Amino acid sequence: MKMTGARILLECLLEQGVDTVFGYPGGTILNVYDELYGFGDRIRHVLTAHEQGACHAADGYARSTGKVGVCFATSGPGATNLVTGIATAYLDSSPIVCITCNVSAPLIGKDSFQEVDITGVTMPITKCNYLVRDVNALADTVREAFAIARSGRPGPVLIDIVKNVTAERAEYEPLARREHGTSGRLGELMSRYDFKPPEPDMDDIRKLAAMIKESKRPLLICGGGVVRSRADREFKAFAHKIDAPVAITLMGAGGFEGRDPLTTGMIGMHGSQASNIAVDLCDLLIAVGCRFSDRVALKPDTFARNAKIVQIDIDRAEINKNVETDHHIIGDAKRVLSLLTELVPEQIHDPWKKEVFSHPTETHYDEREGTLTPGQVLTTIARLCPQDTIVSTDVGQHQMWAIQHFHFDYPGQLLTSGGFGTMGFGLGAAIGAQVSHPDKTVVHITGDGSFRMNLNELATEQYYRLPIINVIFNNGTLGMVRQWQNLIYQQHYSQTTLDRAPDFVKLAEAFGLSGFRVTDVTQFAEALKYALKCKHGCVIDCAINIDEMVRPMVGGGEHITNFMIN
Amino acid sequence: MNAQRNTLAVLVDNEAGVLSRVARLFSGKGYNIESLAVGTTDDPRVSRITIEVIADEKQIRLLSNQLRKLICVHSVKALKPQHAIRRELVLIKVLAEDFGQRNEIIQIANIFRASIIDVSKSSLTIALIGDESKAEAIQNLLKEFGILELVRTGMVALERGQYTIDEQTKEKGEFDYGKNVLREGL
Ligand SMILES: Cc1ncc(C[n+]2csc(CCOP(=O)(O)OP(=O)(O)O)c2C)c(N)n1
Repeated sequence: MKMTGARILLECLLEQGVDTVFGYPGGTILNVYDELYGFGDRIRHVLTAHEQGACHAADGYARSTGKVGVCFATSGPGATNLVTGIATAYLDSSPIVCITCNVSAPLIGKDSFQEVDITGVTMPITKCNYLVRDVNALADTVREAFAIARSGRPGPVLIDIVKNVTAERAEYEPLARREHGTSGRLGELMSRYDFKPPEPDMDDIRKLAAMIKESKRPLLICGGGVVRSRADREFKAFAHKIDAPVAITLMGAGGFEGRDPLTTGMIGMHGSQASNIAVDLCDLLIAVGCRFSDRVALKPDTFARNAKIVQIDIDRAEINKNVETDHHIIGDAKRVLSLLTELVPEQIHDPWKKEVFSHPTETHYDEREGTLTPGQVLTTIARLCPQDTIVSTDVGQHQMWAIQHFHFDYPGQLLTSGGFGTMGFGLGAAIGAQVSHPDKTVVHITGDGSFRMNLNELATEQYYRLPIINVIFNNGTLGMVRQWQNLIYQQHYSQTTLDRAPDFVKLAEAFGLSGFRVTDVTQFAEALKYALKCKHGCVIDCAINIDEMVRPMVGGGEHITNFMIN
Repeated sequence: MNAQRNTLAVLVDNEAGVLSRVARLFSGKGYNIESLAVGTTDDPRVSRITIEVIADEKQIRLLSNQLRKLICVHSVKALKPQHAIRRELVLIKVLAEDFGQRNEIIQIANIFRASIIDVSKSSLTIALIGDESKAEAIQNLLKEFGILELVRTGMVALERGQYTIDEQTKEKGEFDYGKNVLREGL
C-alpha cells in the first residue's frame, strides 16, 4: 500500500510493539504528529515539558520494562535538547530510539531555520544513527534502528528524517518483527553483523569452572549487564552454587537480591567495607557485565591485586579496557551463567564468607534527636512502600544513600544515571516507569539541586495523573560537591550553597500536586502515607542537615580500601 | 609495551558519514591519525580505509574492537609492519632554476625510481611511490634545492602472501580477544 513517510514511521513503530512514545512537537515533525492524530488508540503519546524529559522518560521506560523506549523531537533545539538524555542512555546501555525530523532536503546545509546536523552531534553517543533522505528507505531504517538498539549491548539509536520524506509517499508492506532479519537492508546487514550475542566458548567456560574449583576466596561482581540481560535468576543460582559473596555495582542493583545473605553491598567509591575489602582479599574475582569503571576500579593497578580476574561480558571491546584480566568469556550473562552453573560442582566457602561478612555490608548512619536524617527517610520509605516499588534517583548524595539503603529485588527496579551521572534524570525516568507500570508505586528520590534542573516535568506528572512520589532530600546545598569541598578543598564551599527559592510546597501546589514540608520522621511518615493513598503526584520536601555525608568514601584514583572516611 | 606506528585496515560501507564515524572514534579516544587513505574496493559498495596511529599493542586491540562495534564497519585488521607491504604516493614540487639543478634532481629521482611528472621553467614535480623511509630520504636530498610543495596520499597497505582481510571471519578464534591465554597456568 502507498502511504506517507509519517504513516510508514508509525506503522513501523507498531511492528515493533511500541505502545508509548514520549515527545514534543515542532515545525519539522508536524507531519508525524498529524498522522499520530489518527493513531491515538494504538500509540499513546506522552507530551513532556521539555525534550530532555521525554528522552529520560523513554530511557526510564526502557530500563523498567526491558523494551525499547521511544521519543520524538523536532529539529534544531528540539533535537539538541535530547543530547543529555541520549548520552545518559548510552553510558548506561539503555535501549532507546530517538526520532527527530530535520528541515526539508532542499534546505539542508543552508543554516536554515532550526537546522542542526543532529546525526553529527550524536555520533559519539549513539550506537548508530541515520539521516533518512529517501522515503523508500524509511521502513528498513526504522527496522534496523530497533534491531540495533536492543541487540547485543543495548544502547540509543537516533533516526533523523528530513521533513519532505514524512510527506512523500512510498509503498509499505507490513512485515512481522520476526521476519525483519531475513529481508531488506537488515537482512543484508545481519549476514555480516552479529545481532545475536556470541555463543559462549565452552573451553572458556570449562576453564573458568576449573578456576572456581581451585579458588578458596571467590568473589562475584554483579554489574549492569546482569540487569540489562535480565539474568537475575541465573546469577542467583550461580552465586549460591559456588557459595561466593556478591558485590553489587551501582548499575548492578536489582541484578542480585539486596537481602540475599551472600550480598556484600555496593562496591566502589561509596562501596561498603565488606565489598571493598573482599575485592582486595579475594583470590578469584568474577565480574559479570561490569566494565570496571573508575568509580569501581578506582585504581586499576591495584584492583583485586591478589586475585585472578575474570570478566564475563557481551561486549568484546570491554575486555581488558580498564583492568587487565586473566580470563574472560564473551557472551550474554544469562547464557554464560546458566552454562557455568551446570558445569561447576557445588562449593562451600564458610571461612572466607565469615571473614568477608565480619566487615559491615551496609553503612550505619547515626540518628540524631530532633532532626530528620537520610537514613530515617529511607527506612520509612522501605517500611511503608510495597517491596516492588520502583525507585528512580537523581545524582548526588541522595542517590548514594538511596542505593545503600534500599534492597533491590529485580532488574529495572532502580533507575539511576550511573555512567553519566545526570542530575535531572530522575523525574523523567520516573514518568517513563510509571507510565509503563501504572500499578506499581514509583518513588523519585532527588536532591534540591537536581530537582531544580527538570522540575518542569511535574506538569507532565500532573497532567497524566501519574502518582509519582517525589522525595526531596533538601540539604540546602549541592551536597555531593560540598562533601568533596569539605574533605578535599579545605571547606571552601564555593557556589554550592542553595539558600534560595522556590518553596517546594507552593511549587507542588502550583503544579496541581500535593506538597509537604517535613522536619522529622513522624511528619515524613504521615506525608508518605498520604502520598501512597492519594493516587496523585506528591512532593515531599525533607529538611536534611547540610553537613550529612555519604560514607564510606574512597577518593578517586585511590586504592579501594583506602577509606577517606568510614 | 611500546607505542609504535601501526596500520589498521578497515572495510566499511561506502556511504556518507562513514569516514567521519571511523575518524571520530580515533579522536574521541585520544589518538592522532598519522596517516589516512580511503578508496573503494573491487566491490563499489565497500570502501577500504587505511589508518596509521601511534599506539601500543593493547591499544590497537582495544581500538580494533571499538571499530568492529560500528555498524558501518565490515572488518578490521591490524597489519603488523613485518607482515605488510605499505606504500604511499608522494608528489614533490622542487625549485629547479637552471639546467644543472634540473639534471641533478632528475638523477636523484632516477635513483629512487621516482618519475618526473611536470616540468616548468623554474620547477620540477616528482612522483614517488614508497614507504616513509624512502620519502624521507628523497626529501632530505631535495631540501637543498628548495621544496616548493609536498603532498602525500597517505599510506595504503596489504598483507604479504595470499592472506586477505576477508579471511577474518567474525568467529571467535579470529578476534584478537578470542582464545584466552591465562597469565599463569592453573
Ligand atoms: C547535570 C549535572 N551538572 C552537574 C553535576 C555535578 N554534580 C554531581 S552531584 C552534584 C550535587 C547534587 O546536588 P543535589 O541534587 O542537591 O543532591 P545532594 O548531593 O545534595 O543529595 C553536582 C552539582 C552533575 N552530576 N550533573
